[in-house]
Amino acid sequence: MLTFMASDSEEEVCDERTSLMSAESPPPRCCQEARQGLEDGENAAQWRSQDSEEDLDDADRYVCSGVPGQPLGLEEELTLKYGAKHVIMLFVPVTLCMIVVVATIKSVRFYTEKNGQLIYTPFTEDTPSVGQRLLNSVLNTLIMISVIVAMTIFLVVLYKYRCYKFIHGWLIMSSLMLLFLFTYIYLGEVLKTYNVAMDYPTLFLTVWNFGAVGMVCIHWKGPLVLQQAYLIMISALMALVFIKYLPEWSAWVILGAISVYDLVAVLCPKGPLRMLVETAQERNEPIFPALIYSSAMVWTVGMAKLDPSSQGALQLPYDPEMEEDSYDSFGEPSYPEVFEPPLPGSPEGELEEEEERGVKLGLGDFIFYSVLVGKAAATGSGDWNTTLACFVAILIGLCLTLLLLAVFKKALPALPISITFGLIFYFSTDNLVRPFMDTLASHQLYI
Amino acid sequence: MTAAVFFGCAFIAFGPALALYIFTIATEPLRVIFLIIGKASEGLKSINPDETAPSMRLLAYVSGLGFGIMSGVFAFVNTLSDSLGPGTVGIHGDSPQFFLNSGAYPLIEKTRLNKTFMTLVIILLHVFWGIIFFDGCEKKKWSALLVVLLTHLLVSALTFISPHYGINLVSTYIIMVLMGIWAFFVAGGSCRSLKFCLLCQDKDFLLFNQRSR
Repeated sequence: MLTFMASDSEEEVCDERTSLMSAESPPPRCCQEARQGLEDGENAAQWRSQDSEEDLDDADRYVCSGVPGQPLGLEEELTLKYGAKHVIMLFVPVTLCMIVVVATIKSVRFYTEKNGQLIYTPFTEDTPSVGQRLLNSVLNTLIMISVIVAMTIFLVVLYKYRCYKFIHGWLIMSSLMLLFLFTYIYLGEVLKTYNVAMDYPTLFLTVWNFGAVGMVCIHWKGPLVLQQAYLIMISALMALVFIKYLPEWSAWVILGAISVYDLVAVLCPKGPLRMLVETAQERNEPIFPALIYSSAMVWTVGMAKLDPSSQGALQLPYDPEMEEDSYDSFGEPSYPEVFEPPLPGSPEGELEEEEERGVKLGLGDFIFYSVLVGKAAATGSGDWNTTLACFVAILIGLCLTLLLLAVFKKALPALPISITFGLIFYFSTDNLVRPFMDTLASHQLYI
Repeated sequence: MTAAVFFGCAFIAFGPALALYIFTIATEPLRVIFLIIGKASEGLKSINPDETAPSMRLLAYVSGLGFGIMSGVFAFVNTLSDSLGPGTVGIHGDSPQFFLNSGAYPLIEKTRLNKTFMTLVIILLHVFWGIIFFDGCEKKKWSALLVVLLTHLLVSALTFISPHYGINLVSTYIIMVLMGIWAFFVAGGSCRSLKFCLLCQDKDFLLFNQRSR
């Protein structure tokens, strides 16, 4: 799921929307909510991470711009530039995650060997007939999706009844497992592949340091770049686990089903994620940052209070203790915005309080994008052509989703468009384009 | 075969494209989006109503580069990855020495070199074709469109004369130079501006100083 991190200057938001649709003034309802939503200044969005163990949901806050009738020229430019910058801010981590996964798949043989299946996919695909195999993969998918739905509903219930300690403990347990156990396995396999000897004390030291710093960065405070890097790494590790343990056809059917579920859960009024988001919105709380990738960098600054250029890469400290009174969630512009009136948007005013708005993307989206590309790399017989086609497809989908986010200004599922494109590109490239390109290449023909 | 071969071929084939990307596109996020979306950027044009000619040229350049990179990558990347592979071409466990002596090795090398340079010239050609084509569409110069199409077909047809790599490459490069000159003049350059650029006298003509959107 995709989220905008709010900027406080709502007229930019207005122009972003109007510049993409038409120059209409926003409905008055938006203005009301904008005043309410000023405390966190976050542009609403939900995002969701799809972990196999847990589902996270994000607070949904609706921010609309308040002031219509701005000179459209300069602000359109700025918002387009900001919008484009958001897209790039997400291209880079998604690309990095996919590169890590594909590089590992291509070099470390462990992740392409079949060594059993998860308990979530109990039906085997080693069946004599195609129909049986298809049936088994569909059943696997149903079980997996029901597990995910059950976890999501459980999480929603926990959140509704304010069992924050439990949720927090759950998140810590799962990041512990990712950061220590999966890293240990990954490191072991990489060392085996390259035939590098490492003694146990060194290994222990390395894994311990990596994991401990990761826990601190993700759940407490740390430099933004380091936190982003850790989130990318754990997404890649999780994707590798999925690629290894999901059988062939089940993986593709699961990808398709997850996109449909994402669409339903985020957009339907009674969807669990939407309910979670609305609950968080009522309580004005941010949601669990441990499983969200956030690209925001600096605070929003008040009007002429602070020099934006001096902010540099200040990191907003994240307070993990979910006290109900003081929230200072990670990466979100915080209190200085509360006292900021909606600006009448002179261009100098805008630039002065030019903050780095960011976008948030759930880690589950990272994971499933990487699963798709990794599976293409692992099984697509067209080698790199198929992988590259899927990679481009996912980026196109992400770009379109971000465009829609700019248009609709609410939480959007990030999976459906990208995964649909990815699946279409995978199957068409593998079956139509690859034989063609292979024949061309073998005869050195260029078209 | 070796890392040297891999990097050498990779940089020959993709070096100019990468340089073009780094110096002209990577700094501007909007251009990156145009690169990825390519033809779909027609829709994005509608959100940029103030821009007229400069952004069309930019769009043409970026689209051409995008198409060129994609076609180059698709054509060449499997060869690249093979060159990183085990290097034993004899799949039945023949020693490389045997293979070297059998006389097939030079052909593989020639093939790979031909592919490398063809990829390079194809990428550049796509960039120039993009610029000329977009300009032709905009100014309704159908002759330009026709010439672009015909030269595209000509270059492809030239690759059919497969083992004669020399003629193939040289003629394709000549076509590329001609297209490049044409695209330069289409994009608004002139002999004077070229002189200024080469003598670094006029900063406005340096591409990365252009603040066109």
